[in-house]
Parts: sequence; structure tokens; C-alpha cells
Amino acid sequence: MGEASSRIGTSARRIEDAALLRGAGRFLDDIVLPDLLEATFLRSPVAHGLIRRLDVSAARALQGVHAVFTYADLRPLMTSDRMPLALPAAGLRFAVDPFVLAVDEVCYVGEPVALVVAQTRRIAEDAAALITLDLEPLPAVVDPVDALAADAPKVRRECPDNLVARTRIDYGDADAAFAQAPHVIGQQFRLSKGGGHSMEPRGVLARFDEAEDLLTVWDSTQMPHRAKAILVDALGLSERQIRVLTPDVGGGFGPKAVFHPEELAIPAAALLLRRPVKWVEDRFESFTATCGERDQVWTMQVAFTQDAKLLGIRGTLRHDHGASTPYGIALPYNAATNLIGPYVLPAYRIEIDLCMTNKTPSAPTRGAGRPQGTFVMERLLDCMARKLGLPRDEVRRRNLIAPSQMPYPIPVRQRDGSTMEYDTGDYPECQARALKAAGWTDFSARQAQALSEGRYIGLGLANYVEATGRGPFESVAIRIGPSGEIVASTGATAQGQGVKTMVAQIVADAFDVAPQAVHVVTGDTSATHAGLGAYASRQAVTAGNAAHRAARLIVEKAATAAAELLEVSRDDIEIVGGACRVKGVPEQARSLGEIARALAGTPGFALPANLPPGLSVATDYMTAGLTYTNGTHLAEVEVDPETGGVTILRYVVVHDCGRMINPMMVEGQVIGGVVHGIGATLFEWMRYDAEGQPLSVTYADYLLPTADVVPRIEIHHMESPTPLNPLGVKGAAESGTIGAPSALVSAVEDALRPFGVTITDLPVTPPALRRLMRAAAARSAA
Amino acid sequence: MFDPRRVTLVVNGNPVDRMVDSRVHLADFLRRDLKLTGTHLGCEHGVCGACTILVDGASVRACLMLAVQADGRRIDTIESVAGDDGILHPIQEALSRRHGLQCGYCTPGVVMTLLELDRDRDGRSLSEPEIRAALSGNLCRCTGYQGIVDAALDLFGPKNIETSTQPTHGSST
Ligand code: FES
Ligand code: FES
Repeated sequence: MGEASSRIGTSARRIEDAALLRGAGRFLDDIVLPDLLEATFLRSPVAHGLIRRLDVSAARALQGVHAVFTYADLRPLMTSDRMPLALPAAGLRFAVDPFVLAVDEVCYVGEPVALVVAQTRRIAEDAAALITLDLEPLPAVVDPVDALAADAPKVRRECPDNLVARTRIDYGDADAAFAQAPHVIGQQFRLSKGGGHSMEPRGVLARFDEAEDLLTVWDSTQMPHRAKAILVDALGLSERQIRVLTPDVGGGFGPKAVFHPEELAIPAAALLLRRPVKWVEDRFESFTATCGERDQVWTMQVAFTQDAKLLGIRGTLRHDHGASTPYGIALPYNAATNLIGPYVLPAYRIEIDLCMTNKTPSAPTRGAGRPQGTFVMERLLDCMARKLGLPRDEVRRRNLIAPSQMPYPIPVRQRDGSTMEYDTGDYPECQARALKAAGWTDFSARQAQALSEGRYIGLGLANYVEATGRGPFESVAIRIGPSGEIVASTGATAQGQGVKTMVAQIVADAFDVAPQAVHVVTGDTSATHAGLGAYASRQAVTAGNAAHRAARLIVEKAATAAAELLEVSRDDIEIVGGACRVKGVPEQARSLGEIARALAGTPGFALPANLPPGLSVATDYMTAGLTYTNGTHLAEVEVDPETGGVTILRYVVVHDCGRMINPMMVEGQVIGGVVHGIGATLFEWMRYDAEGQPLSVTYADYLLPTADVVPRIEIHHMESPTPLNPLGVKGAAESGTIGAPSALVSAVEDALRPFGVTITDLPVTPPALRRLMRAAAARSAA
Repeated sequence: MFDPRRVTLVVNGNPVDRMVDSRVHLADFLRRDLKLTGTHLGCEHGVCGACTILVDGASVRACLMLAVQADGRRIDTIESVAGDDGILHPIQEALSRRHGLQCGYCTPGVVMTLLELDRDRDGRSLSEPEIRAALSGNLCRCTGYQGIVDAALDLFGPKNIETSTQPTHGSST
């Protein structure tokens, strides 16, 4: 067979597509079980309050309602008062794990208070409307800076204050660098980033089977093994009593990696009712009950030489953490480390304060804080260029890490205790290619021409790196039975990235078959002994290399068994089209099914070549360290000074994620990532009023990028393979998002150069741009 | 609270005669009563387009229409688009070739929108901005739209004027 399309490095068609295109995918809400009940949550309507009275009797009495649960009803099932979520984090001053349902205080709009289970969703919603919830309002803390004032009200009565964590990065001698610096620029940035907004909302379905003594939970999660571990802990069951499965998942982008209260409440309800229970989030809930990113306020200074070399950066970062800590504190730490980017930064000190607020808890969305860190660095570089009267590309060129400096260590400690180190990449070349592709050198002439026609166009650039392939491991098991079907199971999970195709392609390559011949199982805790899942652009690195190793091992086993069966030596066996055959003698062959049958064993007989039984293998790939993807983005925009509207005319990406398993899918990830970044820059804004009421809870108020406002994204690849894993691959899923805000804002500033506008805040909405232009006009008039 | 009404309609070529609560929207009716789960719900407030279906040949957001309003109408959903033999429609085929889907959640709505666009263009070739404008009512968080636009350009773009690609009426409930 030798399907060329199966080879690693080719753009194989995705094995996921056929079912999805027909509408035959099986998403969580598509699953219907016998005796299924449906659930809805009553949620807090206020940002902060005390529960004075919660009366569910009328709701319970409604026909078709099976139960209304409050915290007191679920608590007896739980091993602890709060959900046992804590991720280890240095710097955490106190952990605030969420409650499954509010106990007596509500701390954000959308916090679940009661769970209604009924015959249908409609009845459940009718019943929820009959619940009496009397709340005594408490002052809400909304702004992350005000939250730390000495007299600020508390976000939660139980906490000593609102500073949930404090951490820092500090290397080199930043103060000494500033003391000698010929130039210092200070700038404050207020960066808002929105939610994940997968088109499929979250959902959970749980069923307890008494005969099997098994709680099965279908969960649209990015991390089923973690969900299972939390359920085991929270419910005091054993590992064999819980199975978590992810059906088709309609996008993840971060929030689905967080374990939310509904993922415990619904299984608990199924246990209590002994009936399957399903809950599917509606869009209002995805705005208010699902974690997303929030605001960050950076107060930063950069010190540099007359020839534009960075000497040091110092400052503070205040991060709006929301009302609990469901997912540790990685988000602002990622932001702060990613600031360094592809540049030589001799000294860096940043104090990071995580402030609780009365808002939905914050947790990573695509990019996970890195776009903000990159934004701060890239803005500072543009400020330096302006101050020194140098071109923006030149300032960057003078500070980029040279390929000869790789691997490049940075004295920053990472979560696993190791020191940051960039593995491979040619950053100056990456920038050079992007500038060339976007026509950087002729741009000023085009810009002048446009200006003479009354059009304001600008070109912006940004460089970034992304730590990808976070460990510690991922698992892949391959088994082949007498049927001959190749089944690969992985702890990696799929939300649209094409994980199944990626794994299938690698395994198919080893067997010389088409990817369609490999059946891939993802997101089933009973299919692999362990697994982590989707976060930190990691699965091609971790699951890809696990699949590569597993495939190699099983091919070797099959070949050894076949050699014995065919009475030749191992070296005479080749694997072609999924069969082991004697080299040059195609008729002398054993199919995988035949080999599997021989390895299944016959009572009383020896196994071929005394191999261990079964044509199967299970491996874990353990990472050797983070591998750094890098890229340069160039954006060309036109700004309408009358309206403040921004049109993106052109978008160029030069991207280096090492070796590519499937270039088509890599490009899909990069383009999707860029567009997410375009949304975060120009459109998406989760707004709250002074009382903590969310103001943008529909897609009419919270704007996602649409096909007509998004440009064609041109991608050019570089491939700097990493030595850190056998495939030489790096991650690609988030990197597009990281560079986009910086490149776009640099372009908008460039377009508005005649007005002298400096942009420091995200998102850049038309009214915000108009305000900046008016302020600049007032300044120059004064 | 319950107000059951009788509806008779044709769904994917098959006659349907059911009682339905008057407040049930058409997407719920299709998904729950008729088990046609290919029509997805992304927002239930008429913006995302995941629930796009054809009603008497015109695209409609099934979350914004009540099932009772579909009485006497002809409905086509994603389940009717591929041939009974399992052969994908050219639009579906192009979306796969051009990587116009990732998670696939928005995809049924995108396919239905493109079917309508193909019919409305009436053999005329379409420019990229025209295609992008036509797709602006379908939110996709995964693809950045490029693969979807490229698939449509393959079929409807300046070099290709394909014959009309109307939905086939196949099996449904
Ligand atoms: S679900 Fe109908 S438009 Fe979003
Ligand atoms: S493919 Fe995931 S939303 Fe479009």
C-alpha cells in the first residue's frame, strides 16, 4: 500500500472529518440514555451577597421535578466541604477552592446556588424560577487595583484579604541596570482578555450503574484523567468505580481544562437519584459560570542604551483572579515569563499580585497569559524605537537572541523547578523573512502615498516565543487483536485540533498503512492507565512522541513474531501495507491479525519467539523539557480616523514549530490562533459594571471575529527541529494568538502616527481609539 | 405551562406529524423529537449560526423559530446533505480538503449556509469578499474561517462555476 498521505510531514486528510461533516458527530448534548433526567442550575444574580433564605419547596413540588439540591443536600456525599482542586503553586497565600454549590455567601454573578433535576430541561428551568433566593447584598470588589487598597471590602468573608497570591521573577540586577541606564521609559498597560468561547458550551452527563458499581461521566473536558482524579477524591470512591469519557468536543481553548462545580454536582445528582442526569450549559452560563481571562494591569519600566540595547525591565503586574482558585496561578506567571520573548534581557524583576475580585474565576484561554506578556515587551520596544528615532525592526534586531547562542538559558525557575532554556530557533532570520514577505522596506512609500489620498495605513510587527509541550508525560497504548484492527488509545484529548489524525498518522507511518486504518481512542480514562490531556500546546509533542515510541515497539514485536512464524531471521522481515513479510518475497507474509492470533496464545503451547503475550504495547513519553516555538507576525491595517474603525489589510506569519507532522493542521492551528488574537485585540471584551454585573453576555454585546472582518492569514514556515524529542516537534496550538495583539497594535499606532497616539490598553475598540486621538489632539493643541 | 400543538411538516423529504409544546423552538424539536442532532446549538440567541437549517429552501436559525411555526413547511437539515450512499456533497468534500473544519461544531451551519449561497449565486462566480460576507453569520472559533472560505472559493470562485448543488432529500427520522 505505502500510502504517501500517511507519512509524517504530509498534509493527510483528517480522519475526524467524515462524521462531523454529515452532522453525525456525537457531542455531549447528542447523547441520550434511557431514563435520562435533565438539570439546570439556579445561579447567583449578584456579584456578592449573603444567602438569607433559600426556599426550594415550590420548585420541588412542580410536576416533573425529581429533585432540587442545595449545598446541604450534596455535602453528605462529599469527602470535604470544598472541591479538592488545588494545583500546587508557590506564592499562594491561601487556597480558595470553589464549593460545589454556594454555602451561605455568593461571590460572583453566575455562581451555582441550587441544582434542579427534572424530566426535561424546560421543566427544570420552570422550577428554577420558583426558587426563592433572598440575598443580603455585600459590597462587590470589581477592580483588581482597588482590590488591594487597605480599606477595600473583602471578596470573601473567610479570607484575610484579597491578595490570594504573590510571586515574582527576579534575575540579574535590575536596579543596578536602571541606575546606569542612559534611557528609561515607564508605561502602564491595562490588558483585558476574554473567554475561550468554544462554539460548543460545556456539558456533563453522569450515570451510576448499580450492577457494575460504576459511575460513568461523559464530560466535555480537556482533561478527563484529572476530572476522574478529582471525582475520586471528592466523592470518596475508588478509581475502579469512576470512568470519565469525553465525547466529541466542540472546541476547548482553555476553559474546558478547568474542573468546574457542575462536573461534580451532576455526578453527585446521578448518584443520589440513581438515574442518569445531563446538564448542558447555555450561552449566558458560558459568559458567567465558565472561567475565562480577565484584566491585568502592568506598571513597567524599561532601561536601555543609546544604541537600543535592553539593559533591564522592572515593574509590577496586578492580575484579576476572580472569586476562587480553580486552576492555580500559572496564568500571570506565564504572562510574566513570556514577556522576555526572543530577546536578550540581562535583568528582569517583576512583582506579581493576584487579586481576588467578585467575578467568575479567571483561568487560561488560548495563549494563557502569553499574549499579554508579549504585548508589554513589544510595546516597550516600540516606545524605545520612537524615543531613539530608530526603525522598529532595527530595535528588535539589536536585541534578538542569535542562533549561535542556542540553547539559550534564562535564569527563571519554572513550575517543575528547572531553569528556562530556549532549545532551538533562528529568531533574526524569522523576523527578516516576515519583513520581506510583508514588504516592510517599501512600506513607508506606500504609507506616504496612502496618506496623500487621505488614508491612514500602518504596518506593525511582533516577535514572540511560546513554551510548548509541557510535561510531565503523555500516554499511548496500541493494541491489535486477531481482527487485525490497529487501535491506538491515548490520554491526549481532542477538541478539534486533529489529535486523532495526528496519532493515526504517526502510527500508520510505522505500519505503512493509511491513517484511516488506525482507530484512535481519546478521552477515555479506562482506555489508558494515565493521561493528562490538552493544555499548553503540548499534544503533538507529548502524545506524538508517545505514539511514535509505541508504534516502533509494537512493529518490532510483530516483526519478531513474524520472523519466528515464517522461520526467517528478524532482519529479513519488512513491514509493508500493514503486513510483515520476508523481504523481496511478498507471498511470504503474515498479517497483523495472524500475528495477533499467534500472540494471543494457545493453551499448552509456547508463544512465538517466547515473546510476552498479546500484540499490544503501552508507553508513556516523558518530556525532556519545554520546547520553544517562535514566530514573527506582521499586520497591515487601515484606520478610519472618523470612526476609530480598524480594517486589517494583510496579515503575515512566519512560524517555527520545529518538524511538522501535518502541515495542513499546523496551519489550521496557527490561523485559528491568530484570529483568536484578532478578536482579543479589536473585538472581544468581557465588561462588568461597578457592582460586578457582567454587561456582555450575548454575542451581540461580546463580539467574536467574523469571516468578513478577518483577513487571509499568510503563513511561512521555518523548521528548526528540537533535539528534546525524537520527532523534533514543537507545539503550535496557541502561538498564533500570542503575536497578534502586539502586531496589530503596532500597526494601528503606525497608521495613526500623524496623530501621535500611544496605545497601552486592550482591547482597542473604536471608541477607545477615538478617545486616544482626541486626547492626542488636545495634547498637541496645548 | 404545557400547550401541545400538532405540526405537520416535511423534514429531509420525509413527512412528519407530531404534537409539540408551543414554546419549543425548532432546533430543539429537530434535535430532541426527531433525533436529528446534526443541527447544533451554540448560542440560542440567533447570532452564532450553528443551528442554521433551510426552511422552504431559505436559511433560518432554528433557535429563533418555534417548532409550531414550521407547520406546513419543508425543512432541510445537515443530515440530508450527503448522498444516501454516504458520498459527501461537494461542499462537504471541499471543506475537508481545505481543512475548513476543526471541532466540527459550527460545520453543519456552515454547510447549510453554503448550500443556500450556492443556490442564490445561480451559477455566477463569487469573489472572496462576497463569500466572506455570506459567511459572516456563522461563528467559528477554530478555523479562523480561512479553510471555509477556501472551500467555497474552490467551488464558487472565479475559476469554477459548478452546477447547482442543492440538498438531496434522503433518509431522516
Ligand atoms: S444557536 Fe441559533 S444562532 Fe446560535
Ligand atoms: S470548527 Fe470548531 S467552531 Fe468551527
